[in-house]
Amino acid sequence: MAARTLYEKVWDEHLVKTYDDGSSLLYIDRHLVQEVSSPQAFAGLDAEDRKLRRPAAHVAVADHAVPTRMRHLPLPEGLARAQVSRLEANCEKHRINYIGMRDDRHGIVHVIGPELGFTLPGATLVCGDSHTSTHGAFGAIAFGIGASECECVFATQALRQRRQKTMRVALSGTLRPGVAVKDIILGLIARIGTNGAVGHAVEYAGPGIATLSMEARMTLCNMSIEAGARVGMVAPDDVTFAYLKGRPLAPAGADWDRAVAHWKTLPTDGGAVFDREVELDIGALSPQVSWGTNPGETAAIDGQVPDPALEADPVKRAKMERSLRYMGLAPGVAFKDIAIDRVFIGSCTNGRIEDLRSAAAVVAGRQIAAGVEGIVVPGSATVRLTAEAEGLDRIFRAAGFEWRESGCSMCVAMNDDRLSPGQRCASTSNRNFEGRQGQGGRTHLMSPAMAAAAAVTGRLTDVRDIVGNNGAAA
Amino acid sequence: MEKFTRITSVAAPLPEADIDTDIIFPARFLLLLDKAGLGKHLFFERRYRPDGTRTDFALNQPAFEGAKILVADANFGSGSSREQAVWALADFGIKCVIAPSFGEIFYNNCFKNGVLPIVVSGARHDEVMAAARSGGELTIDLEAETIRLPNGPEFGFEIDPYRRRALLLGLDEIGSILADDADDIARFEARQRVESPWLQLDDGRLDRLFPQDEEHTR
Ligand code: SF4
Repeated sequence: MAARTLYEKVWDEHLVKTYDDGSSLLYIDRHLVQEVSSPQAFAGLDAEDRKLRRPAAHVAVADHAVPTRMRHLPLPEGLARAQVSRLEANCEKHRINYIGMRDDRHGIVHVIGPELGFTLPGATLVCGDSHTSTHGAFGAIAFGIGASECECVFATQALRQRRQKTMRVALSGTLRPGVAVKDIILGLIARIGTNGAVGHAVEYAGPGIATLSMEARMTLCNMSIEAGARVGMVAPDDVTFAYLKGRPLAPAGADWDRAVAHWKTLPTDGGAVFDREVELDIGALSPQVSWGTNPGETAAIDGQVPDPALEADPVKRAKMERSLRYMGLAPGVAFKDIAIDRVFIGSCTNGRIEDLRSAAAVVAGRQIAAGVEGIVVPGSATVRLTAEAEGLDRIFRAAGFEWRESGCSMCVAMNDDRLSPGQRCASTSNRNFEGRQGQGGRTHLMSPAMAAAAAVTGRLTDVRDIVGNNGAAA
Repeated sequence: MEKFTRITSVAAPLPEADIDTDIIFPARFLLLLDKAGLGKHLFFERRYRPDGTRTDFALNQPAFEGAKILVADANFGSGSSREQAVWALADFGIKCVIAPSFGEIFYNNCFKNGVLPIVVSGARHDEVMAAARSGGELTIDLEAETIRLPNGPEFGFEIDPYRRRALLLGLDEIGSILADDADDIARFEARQRVESPWLQLDDGRLDRLFPQDEEHTR
């Protein structure tokens, strides 16, 4: 057989049939269900009196709308409560396993899928959420879908799809101290653009990958969608297997050995051809910070706000002007002179234990700057409990941060955690869109260590200026 | 799903790149549970000032009242998977969006809701944008795969043949998979159970993991 990529192998293993027009029916192994994209899908199912084909292929959790405070209390009367109750009722009716908001395995779908071992190499996994690309870190084909496609998966366990083109991002070099995996993905998007990978399944490869932990690989794959790609993947290896072994839903015993033997066959064959190749020397990267209203509007922290007048393309120039107006920034201002009001550490991009550790390392023994408010929202209850066992909550609290319960929180501002109009936030989330963290709110994306550094100084800051170049906060 | 065959309408111009789904449908309205009636939240922050007064955003202008077509710029609908963005467009009366490129999930979602996204780039796109701005009527013919501009010129566009047929017929995709492909799916599952048993969780592992009791609840 011809040499194939990781994506092509997993695709071929899930091909139910190929239609005359060349499109395919792809089998879907796993579906994560959340409260925002599912009510209309369930309603559609019920309207046609259709049943779930395989209830055991779905796990549900409410993560977007739930509060991150006072979780022991019932949700207050209102839209969020209605949405969460609807999910619970739908799961009950259709016999889907549901994780309640007070369960100690609660969390953001993309954090708990891997924690449970629900996410596996070589699987196909979908969710009505664009950051489903996160799960590709395990060598799964994982992608976000709309509610209509969720309905299709409920009813048929399959989706009609076309195979995507493939793109390899080869990472070379070694990160310098103070530079994190978030800086890799922000740096990549700044280079190729927010639609730079549209139509492609991205595989992150090259010598830089082997050294990355699963948490780091998830951060990388998570933001593939910010480059326009629905799918981001990393080939499974010993790091993957070590992470998964013993997880509640991972195979065990003889099944585990068989699975691992199979997973070892998945990495891209030598000689396989990608439709597109990009190389990134991660050793050349500085910590990154976004200055505009999409993740591609990002630059190294030691720079300054760019000048739209220097942009030749009129559409791009207009977009830059609009971004700067929205962000309340003038061309030429040094990033390090930009004062912030809020700090958000969390989300499915950077709400994992390693993220909290790296932020805590910067914050330890320091204080949040006067007038700045900071919250830390663990991506899952498991992350929260682990952090508490390590004493990280005490470090954050002592510095003046609020320590919250798991959920999406200020990444999407669907609960009470949101910016006020005009407020500026150093955020570890993934989207700096207009209004994303609250109407009129201004978001600067960065790594957890960089957000922690901004909290301490009250302005955008190069974390290396705080902790020195010894790598303490990398 | 509603059928799409041919529409003639003024087209609202939106000459701005990277209109993401958060702009099309702000997140705070995602708490609503229905598909219907979302049009009033479409482009909310662009259509209304904080004090509730209306801006001069294209869809607020009398010239584009009742527009069924939107002419947008590159990367329209990038960002989240929220199908609410398409439901809101459809509820508002938009049946067709023309842009040089689209966010992928948004593009897929359009076809599930009788909305036709058309890729037009380069000088052609400039022409269509200018025609939209002029306030004249465009005709989109899906059967013929053509766009006709107000002053006469007509040109073709490309679309995946399956998706075209689905729109023309108002096809129920789930229904046709259930009717035509269920045996293939069952055969696939039987084979997977032998070849990769760890991928199926029907052995009750999930139920044992999530007993509906208090064990894991604080
Ligand atoms: S944390 Fe943010 S990006 Fe991730 S699933 Fe939640 S809302 Fe979406």
